[in-house]
Amino acid sequence: MKITNLKKKYDGKTVVDSVSFTIPRGKVLSLIGPNGAGKSTVMGMISRLIARDAGDIHFEDKDLSHWNSKELAKKLAILTQHNNVQMKLTVRELVAFGRFPYSGSRLTAEDVRMIDKAIAYMELQEFEDRFIDELSGGQRQRAYIAMVIAQDTEYVLLDEPTNNLDIYHASNMMRTVRRLCDELGKTVILVLHEINYAAFYSDYICAFVDGKIAKFEKVEDVINKETLSEIYKVDFEIIHINGKPLSVYY
Amino acid sequence: MFSIKKYRSTIILGTVLLILSLLSLFVGVIDINLHNLFSGNGMELKIFLLARLPRLLAVLCTGVGMSVAGLIMQQLCMNKFVSPSTGSTIQSAQFGILLSLVFIPSLGLWGRVILAFVTAVLGTWIFVWFIQRIQFKNTVLVPLIGIMFGNVLGGIINFIAYKFEVTQQLSTYFVGSFALIIKGNYELVWLALPLVILAFAFANHFNIVGMGKDFSENLGVNYKLVLFVGLTISAMITASVVTVVGQISYIGLIIPNIVAMFKGDKIRGSLIDTALFGALFVLAADMIARTVISPYELPIELIVGIVGSILFIAMLIYKLNHGRKAIRLGKAKEGSCCG
Repeated sequence: MKITNLKKKYDGKTVVDSVSFTIPRGKVLSLIGPNGAGKSTVMGMISRLIARDAGDIHFEDKDLSHWNSKELAKKLAILTQHNNVQMKLTVRELVAFGRFPYSGSRLTAEDVRMIDKAIAYMELQEFEDRFIDELSGGQRQRAYIAMVIAQDTEYVLLDEPTNNLDIYHASNMMRTVRRLCDELGKTVILVLHEINYAAFYSDYICAFVDGKIAKFEKVEDVINKETLSEIYKVDFEIIHINGKPLSVYY
Repeated sequence: MFSIKKYRSTIILGTVLLILSLLSLFVGVIDINLHNLFSGNGMELKIFLLARLPRLLAVLCTGVGMSVAGLIMQQLCMNKFVSPSTGSTIQSAQFGILLSLVFIPSLGLWGRVILAFVTAVLGTWIFVWFIQRIQFKNTVLVPLIGIMFGNVLGGIINFIAYKFEVTQQLSTYFVGSFALIIKGNYELVWLALPLVILAFAFANHFNIVGMGKDFSENLGVNYKLVLFVGLTISAMITASVVTVVGQISYIGLIIPNIVAMFKGDKIRGSLIDTALFGALFVLAADMIARTVISPYELPIELIVGIVGSILFIAMLIYKLNHGRKAIRLGKAKEGSCCG
């Protein structure tokens, strides 16, 4: 996926300005930056949830806007935090919706197999007949990820997947993200607030400041004192754990 | 997967409804018995075919239609308290009936139903557009807005009706009652059935849209189109019932909620039960209305109102005690916090 000169304005204020980058396939890419830097808006535009004002998003052989939405749903999945949390659907019913782009309302044997596999992959078997509104935040998030797995897309876009989760569930979520990439070969793009999750679990980091890309490099080249201080305007210290750079700030 | 347990509620509801339906055919001022019916008693057969059977069919269509219309609206608006009566659909349909009485009285029933369709659909769209523009944090505010919107429309209706001196005529059309149903004047309400079948076909689409805009777009479902189609189906069902029978409130609000408590929100799993239970509820209410002060009749709206409000309060208490997690009253979204 190749993004060129992406622009977006809200009420005359430019929130995304001349953003260009190419998404590395089969890797985990995290979009980070201060509040209002435009990272979620960029995510929205590359997942077709938000209309863009200008620029091209080239996906596979054509521009994103020329894709049939059902076909695109088989290639690219997006999970945001704006879902109705009061719906009484069972985990299994939710995961089954992941097959909707393929079979609509009539599930085939292949669909059922994919659903079973996704539920097993996220270790949700014992919850599969529970209603999602009765689950904890962490369990519900796992159910959504299982749906995305059942959707069987090469690209998985997650908008702040660790939001509202405690440390235990958030780090589990990040390990799941890593597995999606390493075991299932997916290209994962995340919007993250926690720099250290981005540093520890991603391959590439794209840092935004004021609607522009401040830095788009491999993790080691972004998580360093100078770059982070420049982006966040706070002093940082860098330590290394398991060969990964982690930042300390206060 | 196909266990009898899964369909138990459907089978029970269906059986009870069938028995009660048969029973209802023999409830009325004139006693009809089976023997006379088949021995060719002309008068009894006439009453049976002209009044009893049409009345039963109208009752069933009303119950099925209004409860399914409520189910769809609740899903699409992501709010358990939205229904044709709390989403101003009923008043919008009544506005159409008024317009037809004032401006094209010569068209009669057809004029009424066509205008009721148009205004019901428009009124519902406007209401939903409004609640989507202003994203209310509190879910209870949404039906309140709907009720206010409906009351404003009601005020306008009264004013115009008064000006054109159609107030009396209007009240006979507005108060829900099956007393005037006879063969030849009620068939329009059958329209509810194909619309309900259409709703069943789109059930998963409605579920997906009910999960939110981002959720729908992710699965390649056109959010606006499905919302549009669903609300139109809902409004058309409501308009056909309001035109033929009059206003029947509460059905669309409480029936889907009660069924969802047991069957969940997956429409494919709950639609048939919702329809059957709605029909059963209206039929029982109609039979009570017919027998309490026999040989006279109470308007069914009165019975539905009393029973409906008691059930609604019981439902609220049940939810507060048992289903705190199942249906949250106050919070629309999970509060955001920084991790």
